[in-house]
This record gives sequence, structure tokens and C-alpha cells, in this order.
Amino acid sequence: MFSSAVVSQFTVDRAVPAVEVCELRKEFRRRDGRRFRQRRRVAALESASFAIEQGECVAILGQNGSGKSTLVRLLSTLLLPDGGSARIFGLDVFRQSRAVQRLINRVSVEASFFKRLSSIENLSYAARFYGMTPRQTGAEIPRVLERVGFPRERAGEPMEDLSRGMQQKVALARALLTSPALLLLDEPTTGLDPRSKLEVQDFIRDIRRVHNATVLLCTHDLVEAEQLADRIGILHRGELICLEPVEDLKRRFGAETLEQAFFAATGVVLSSEGEEVED
Amino acid sequence: MRGAATTLRSELIGLSGIVERNAYIIRRYIWMELAFFVWTLANTLTIVFIAKGLDATGSHIDVNRVTTVLLIGALIWSYLGMVFELLTETVQWERWEGTIEYTFMAPLSRPMHLLGTGLFAVVYGLLRTIVLFAICAAFFDLRLPHANYAATIVILAIASVSFIGIGTMTAVLPLISPEKGVQLGYIAQGILLVILGVYYPVSVLPGWMQALATISPATYALRGIRSAIIDGAGIGALWGDIWPLIVIGLVAVPLGLEVFRRGELYAKRHGKLKRSG
Repeated sequence: MFSSAVVSQFTVDRAVPAVEVCELRKEFRRRDGRRFRQRRRVAALESASFAIEQGECVAILGQNGSGKSTLVRLLSTLLLPDGGSARIFGLDVFRQSRAVQRLINRVSVEASFFKRLSSIENLSYAARFYGMTPRQTGAEIPRVLERVGFPRERAGEPMEDLSRGMQQKVALARALLTSPALLLLDEPTTGLDPRSKLEVQDFIRDIRRVHNATVLLCTHDLVEAEQLADRIGILHRGELICLEPVEDLKRRFGAETLEQAFFAATGVVLSSEGEEVED
Repeated sequence: MRGAATTLRSELIGLSGIVERNAYIIRRYIWMELAFFVWTLANTLTIVFIAKGLDATGSHIDVNRVTTVLLIGALIWSYLGMVFELLTETVQWERWEGTIEYTFMAPLSRPMHLLGTGLFAVVYGLLRTIVLFAICAAFFDLRLPHANYAATIVILAIASVSFIGIGTMTAVLPLISPEKGVQLGYIAQGILLVILGVYYPVSVLPGWMQALATISPATYALRGIRSAIIDGAGIGALWGDIWPLIVIGLVAVPLGLEVFRRGELYAKRHGKLKRSG
């Protein structure tokens, strides 16, 4: 259905896990408001360890500031860790970053495009970075846009004239165009209307079914996590508390729902905006 | 061997992607570009009018020569500004649009990314400067009977390599300081303007400033281009300005890439490689 032109150049070792994270740690220095020029260290991710098998979909649940985006940015080669290691298809994320970059792509909460450029222009130049020629993108872009349900007649319009839902579809198309073996999704449906949300979720299912892509989904949407993921992890204040199938998670915390399990694990209720609500 | 060829091909396609993207942006912001061109033209005319002003106040000068000297200074400064600006703002622009994370996580090597930006800046800057020169020359009815335009283009092409190297060094500023990096780049440009001899001979500067001017590629570019345009000097006669440009270029490009590499590592360590807001 989609081109495998990019990925076919880089064979994936089928014997290794898609993602292996071991004792991964990241801290940031933040200004201390009380003292002039003083900075304090804040742990964004504390010794996280987990593995994701090839073709699996794992959801990481957590409120805003829990470390979900830090984890995605570490795996996207955009951050360097303060400790631990991470491997993607057996490749060291921080030492073999170029090889890793060829295997991954991501969709984040913000669509992130040049707003004056059209969807076709944004997709064309982005695909070049993955080695796709004009001939390849000329054939693939209309096909991918059609697949994500983007109306053909709007492909030449500037991104700033499109709705959030439309922009997010183009973001999905950008990720798909490069046929990633690992798709990193950082709150891809936050802020979308219910219909767009369902379309994006359907599409994530399709990517797994058609491509056998591995998916790491970071979200604060409990329903979304339960519907899409094979296993669910709970990340709270930088600490990965657990990672297991949803039924095991409920059993472990003696909960009937995922929401109750999340509360039992963290002591907070997850609001729809991802804000922490103390109970 | 085949793997290396595949990688090189992929890198060159990536480089073309940077040029393609910048061309799209210029096309979409064409009216802004035209407005900016008019602003540059007004600035250039203001500076070049100084020659006529000096003549009007009774100074005994060769108006045509001084006008040409000032015009070349203003044009090269505008060209240099364009190259530096496109390189420096490439990070800031992406940060503002929110695409920075996608560009920096793509499998395109940083040298190719920066080279693509530099290549676009040089081609676009050259076209813009040629149009600006043609308008100004017509406006002041300049007589340039000996001008050697081929030698001028050669000098500018060689100097551009160094300009890309230095521009890459300034491009690191918005990477390590998202809030004030671009402004720091402008400060660096302002300091360069003083020591480059854009509007006056470097010989009028204090000794320590002259020493700084000797390591600046613009010093040789300006001197060489003035000789080629005003006196019609050929490549052979300009060799004294060409070889320092080659040496500075050979040093500036790897140095610029290394400075950027270290800046990128700093940004990745401190979480600065992300969109604004």
C-alpha cells in the first residue's frame, strides 16, 4: 500500500526487540525563582527500563509533566540522556543515531509545519530528508494523503488555513511517507474533535495491521490507551511504575477500570487535559 | 562501496530538500521579500548618496569612483547579511514554526543540512545582489568601462565558502540560546561591519582592528571586487586576494561545522532542541 523505498535500504533485525530501554535517566536544570542565578536539577525521567516487541503497541499513560514527552524525545534522538541506554531494533539510539533516525518517525501533539506552505510542499521537502526523490514523492504523497482521508482539493492550501484535525492528518501522512518501523506518537489526538480523534485512532490500527509497525503511544487518554494498546505503562513524575496488559494492570491494583488502576498507582486522577488532579 | 554511494545519494537528496523548502518559503512570502528588497535598496541608495553629498559640500573627490566604492561596499554587506541571516535564522525560524524537532531527528547529516541552507543563501543572495547592483548602477548612471564581471563572480564565489563557514558559527547562537540567539547574531554582524572596511579603507582603522580585518574573508572579497569592477583586474592580478580567501574558507567551513556540532550536543543535553512555546 505504501512505499517501502526508504526502509528497504535498512534491514531490520527481526530477532531483537523494537525498543529496549535500560535505566534511562534524564534531568533538566531549572531556574530557582528564589535565588538569583541558582538552578536546581529536576528529574524528568528516572531510571526507566522496559522493552517493546516488534509489531507491538505500547501506551504510556501519564499526566502533563510526567516525562512522556521526554521519553519520546530521547528515543527520537533529540535529547542526550544523563544515564542508562536505549536501543531501537538493536541500534544504540545515542551512538548510532543516524541509523536509528532512518527507522523511526513521530507524530506529536502539535502538527508542526511551515504554516504558509501547503501540505504537499511540507511533505515533499520532509520526505527528501529521508532520501525520497521527487519522482517517489510525486507518486506517494497523493496516495498517502488519500489514505489518511485528506481531501485532494485542499492539498495546495497553506497549512494555516486547515483545521487542527486536517493538520494532524497531514502529520500522520508525513510519518507514514517514510514507512517507519517504529512510530512514536506523543498525544496525537489531544485537542481534536471526537470525529477526527476516531479517524486518527482507526488509522493507528491500520498502520499496525498493514505495516506491522511498532507503536509507542504516549497519551493521557485512558480510553484511547485501552482501545489501542497491547500493554499499558504508567509514568508518574518521571518514574515508570508498571507496564503490562490492561487486565493485568487492573488485577494488580484491584481495580475495575483503568481509571481506578491509574488512581491506585499514582494517587491522582487523570483529567482529560492531562492535568494532575489531587483526590 | 555501494553502501557509501547509496548514503551519498540519500544525503544529496536531503540537501536538495533544504534548497526546495527555502525556495517554497521565498515563493510563499514573495511580497515580504519584495518589501525587504525595497528596504535594502533604500539603505544602499542612502549610503551611495554620501559620495554626491561630499561633492556638493566642496570636497575634491572623483565622484564616480567614490560612488562605486561605496556601492560595492553596500552590496557586499547586503549579500553578506543575507547569507548570515538565512543561516542564523534557519534554526530560529524552525523553532518558531515548530518543525525544528522533525528536521533534527531526520536522517540528514548536519553538514548537508547546513550546506543546503548555505547553498540556497548564496544563490539567492547572488541573484538579489545582481539585481540591486543593476538598479543602483542605472540610478547613479555609473560608468564602469573596465569592470571585469567574471573576476568579480569568481571572487564572490570563493568568498562565499568562507561566508558559509562563518555563518554556520553564528547559526549556533539560536541553538544554544533560544531567546536571545538571533540578537547575538546581529551583534556579531555589527562588530564585523566596523572592522571589514565596507565603507572605508581598512588602513584608517587602529592597528589592532586592522589585525582582526586580516583574518576576515570580507576584507579580501571587498578589495578584490573593487579592483575587478573599478580597475578591471583579472584573476592573475587578484591572486593576492584569492589565496587568503581559499585558506580562510578551508579553515572556516570545518571550524563552523565543529562549532555547530558542539552547539547541537549542548542543545540535546540541555533540552533546547524544541519548538518555541
